[in-house]
Amino acid sequence: MTSPFRAPEGGRIDRAGTVEFTFDGQVLTGHPGDTLASALLANGRHQVATSIKLGRPRGIAAAWAEDPGGLVQIEEPFPEPMLLATTVELHDGLAAHGLPGQGRLADVPDSARYDAVHHHVDVLVVGAGPAGLAAALTAARAGARVALVDEQSEAGGSLLSGTERLDDAPALDWAADAVAELAGSPEVLHLQRTTAFGSYDDGFVLALERRTDHLGAAAPKHVSRQRVWRIRARSIVLATGAHERPVVFADNDRPGIMLAGAARTFLHRYGVLPGREAVVFTTNDSAYDAALDLRRAGVRVQAVVDARPEGSPRREECEHAGIRVLSGAVVTGTQGVERVTHALVAPFADGAVGPSSAIACDLLLVSGGWNPAVHLFSQARGRLRYDEVLGAFLPGEALDGLTVTGSAAGVFDLAGCLADGQRGARAALTALAIAPAGEDRLPATPDPVVPTAPLVLWRVPDTSGADGSTSFVDLQRDATVADIARAVGAGLRSIEHIKRYTTIGTAHDQGKTSGVLTSGIVAELLGIPVQATGTTTFRPPYTPVAFAALAGRDRGRLFDPERVTALHEWHVAAGAVFEDVGQWKRPRYYPQPGEDMQTAVLRECAAARTGVGILDGSTLGKIDVQGPDAAVLLDRLYTNLISSLKVGSVRYGVMCGVDGMVIDDGTVLRLAEDRFLVLTTTGGAAKILDWMEEWAQTEWPDLRVHCTSVTEQWVTFPVVGPRSRDVVGAVFPGVDVSNEAFPFMTWRDTTLDGVPVRLARISFSGELAFEVYVNPWYAVAVWQRLLDAGRPYGITPYGTETMHVLRAEKGYPIVGQDTDGTVSPHDLGMAWAVSKKKPDFVGKRSFARPANADPLRKQLVGLLPVDRETVLPEGSQVIDFLADGQLPPPPVPMLGHVTSSYRSAELARPFALALVKGGRERIGDTVHVPVNGTLVPVEVTGSVLVDPEGARRDG
Amino acid sequence: MQLIACPWCGPREEVEFSYGGQAHVPYPDSPAELSDEEWAHYVFFRDNPKGRFAERWNHSAGCRRWFNAIRDTTTYRFERVYRLDDPKRGGTELASSRKEGTAP
Ligand SMILES: [Zn+2]
Repeated sequence: MTSPFRAPEGGRIDRAGTVEFTFDGQVLTGHPGDTLASALLANGRHQVATSIKLGRPRGIAAAWAEDPGGLVQIEEPFPEPMLLATTVELHDGLAAHGLPGQGRLADVPDSARYDAVHHHVDVLVVGAGPAGLAAALTAARAGARVALVDEQSEAGGSLLSGTERLDDAPALDWAADAVAELAGSPEVLHLQRTTAFGSYDDGFVLALERRTDHLGAAAPKHVSRQRVWRIRARSIVLATGAHERPVVFADNDRPGIMLAGAARTFLHRYGVLPGREAVVFTTNDSAYDAALDLRRAGVRVQAVVDARPEGSPRREECEHAGIRVLSGAVVTGTQGVERVTHALVAPFADGAVGPSSAIACDLLLVSGGWNPAVHLFSQARGRLRYDEVLGAFLPGEALDGLTVTGSAAGVFDLAGCLADGQRGARAALTALAIAPAGEDRLPATPDPVVPTAPLVLWRVPDTSGADGSTSFVDLQRDATVADIARAVGAGLRSIEHIKRYTTIGTAHDQGKTSGVLTSGIVAELLGIPVQATGTTTFRPPYTPVAFAALAGRDRGRLFDPERVTALHEWHVAAGAVFEDVGQWKRPRYYPQPGEDMQTAVLRECAAARTGVGILDGSTLGKIDVQGPDAAVLLDRLYTNLISSLKVGSVRYGVMCGVDGMVIDDGTVLRLAEDRFLVLTTTGGAAKILDWMEEWAQTEWPDLRVHCTSVTEQWVTFPVVGPRSRDVVGAVFPGVDVSNEAFPFMTWRDTTLDGVPVRLARISFSGELAFEVYVNPWYAVAVWQRLLDAGRPYGITPYGTETMHVLRAEKGYPIVGQDTDGTVSPHDLGMAWAVSKKKPDFVGKRSFARPANADPLRKQLVGLLPVDRETVLPEGSQVIDFLADGQLPPPPVPMLGHVTSSYRSAELARPFALALVKGGRERIGDTVHVPVNGTLVPVEVTGSVLVDPEGARRDG
Repeated sequence: MQLIACPWCGPREEVEFSYGGQAHVPYPDSPAELSDEEWAHYVFFRDNPKGRFAERWNHSAGCRRWFNAIRDTTTYRFERVYRLDDPKRGGTELASSRKEGTAP
């Protein structure tokens, strides 16, 4: 089936193949090699959508990523919003519809894979047009490690859109030879469909490869859909080409109005006639090619309207082909609704516009010159300079390790681009001290036609009597010359402010066609040079990149590492409910059938307080500190004295920052004179190791001490409760577990069937408890032995929730939950853990600040709701009544807040820990906690609510 | 993303490093002898120059060693890196750098 606007021949599409797709519900066909845009145009369809604010019909206005018009929503094969019809490759089953500027994200999970690859090269060449191919060949021939990336489906760049010849043959033959040569070079990575979208420091470039998008449903599932290439290049050659720039005039947004170069692309690359009757409006010579090529393909070219009074030397060529050339004329406006029907053409001299007459057309091609694609150069912090002749911004300085070549550097003729690409690559090689190859010939080009200077024309004065309110600068944002005039009238001078005021350049195309126009129009309105206006900042990404691609494989379970203990499978089988503690998966509680969390936790707590419980405490941070000066280091970092600890003993310690505030707590086992095992909180493990390293390396490099994490080398099982001695004694008959032989805060090494085991009498619950340490390989076996031995006593595995209740009942704080970086050991009631003997330790000097002696500092206390029923939400504020029992007027002063709050089996009532101003002085008082709009009276108590005498720890 | 030259590992990706603030602010010899104000200057006060700055860096996802660097805060560029035991310490070259943590 032939589409009505398909040229009879030409193009790089596969005419033998047919692709069926759906657009706006209509089934259409195209050919393999089409884009959605070229297939729509081949079917005579220019309009894609209506505009976001004004609802004006909008269509395909360019042929690639610079298109401000043809936004589509993809529905099949997978919903994806805000793509350009010009960059979507056609495939069977593609379903899309036009978008008025806003799309819809998929509401189903994306099952496609995305990944990332790191790559290191000597020379990265961005762009596989004439300059880029020449550069890549030069670098490859010299034996350099090269990456060549290009965003199109095939190499060739501008050659794909034209009829140029090299070495007396079609230029694309040369391009094909170049690609083949690169493919034969083992050190070359050549990627098409790959957009370099970000350029960063030290030669770091991010590129997005679209690997299977063009295959549609046929995409193999095992291949990632898109890949982010993280390329580190010693040297970069940018050959990113140029974007054609429109000229602004009234009603310049109608479907059927497109860039002149885009029409050539649609014709030569896709074999599509974008219209039947064309008017070409230009300020430079390049659009003459479009006029002549379309004419040859059978399009009636009604007129070439050249704004330059002297026109172009190519006038004769046109007239010979039967094309009328109107020099010194401009398009002042258009007619038509869903498609342009007439161009209004008027004489133009010295900035003045004469009376206009309408010329019928269904295609109005526009060229206002070319903007070098300097985005990546600018992202790498290269300064731009305005070129008066081109009316464009060019790289304005040399950057180390980055060379801009070809039309990206303002070189627009084919011979010049080839030579410039080669020059750029040679400069890169020289900088890398890589000798260029002896044989590095460039293809022969026909003698170039000397072009006439372009006219820099940003906009045609509005003659319609309007105020520029239909002269669109940024079609996607519906922003017009009138909007810019309003911004300038409001006093805005900076191009960055005007961008934000008008929203120009903030749409998906990021101002590829509108940015420089805006600079020019602003300069004109302000009467200042364009150089002084400058451009807005170019930021990555150059083209939109899906979050899914940026996330790559770091999503779902791979978003963050999951750490599990050696017992994880056992916990799962036991029906544990897990909670995330940092990266760890920890059992929170083990519900039995019919139990909710509250019931399960009350049961687990009661078991530990009255019988025996067992916890998987393997996530506890463990740091092995070794060396003759190990004790010195720990003395300087802990608030209490560690050096006096005897081998075989354990001491609780607190660490503070230099500001004197608690950063971690835990126990220290002295393993030998020169060796300690430091136990940190689960969350503090990495931080405290870093803290020790920092001090040891930066302040006390003279200390002979080494610290290493052994968290994963030991599993830890606290066996807790009055019957724990029976259980541990039964499993380790060789150990005298009596209180006399194995007192509180000591440790013993033993073996179990030849496996080394360490036992420690440490309690985080206040109960008699033994911590069992063993190599993780034996975790399950030892755990099982303990369970078996505990069965007669009803041994009960418990999770972190019960652990928290048990420790809170004893007033043991959790650093980071009951403290927040403003809490000193004294505030926690731990003055006993602060050495008075040591001359100094980290944090000591800060304790002497007057603020630390303020009696109104917040102190850790217990709270008992008087109603014996309310579980105070953690984080609740604590407030005080006035002496007369009235609530103070708002804002009600806050005394502090609830830090931990649980239901207690032991107390048979809920309780809480809180940081309260002058809390210890308030013990016995009643304060109030607002809960869901009511004030709950609570009694202030000491922080130790269970066994304050400590009678239970020895069983 | 910059490459930072670890003195032990050579140039590595910026994400492997963590920042440690101003270099050459040593822990005072005798904190107890300092006034509250002098102590506060050690704990809280750091320079914030525009231009060259001596900084501490840690190759935290690599060799885990601390080192010093001279970096330009306006361009972010590293001028050089040096080991903590480098006798040519950057602090002696930077007029703005504090020699002791004690003087405000
Ligand atoms: Zn390193």
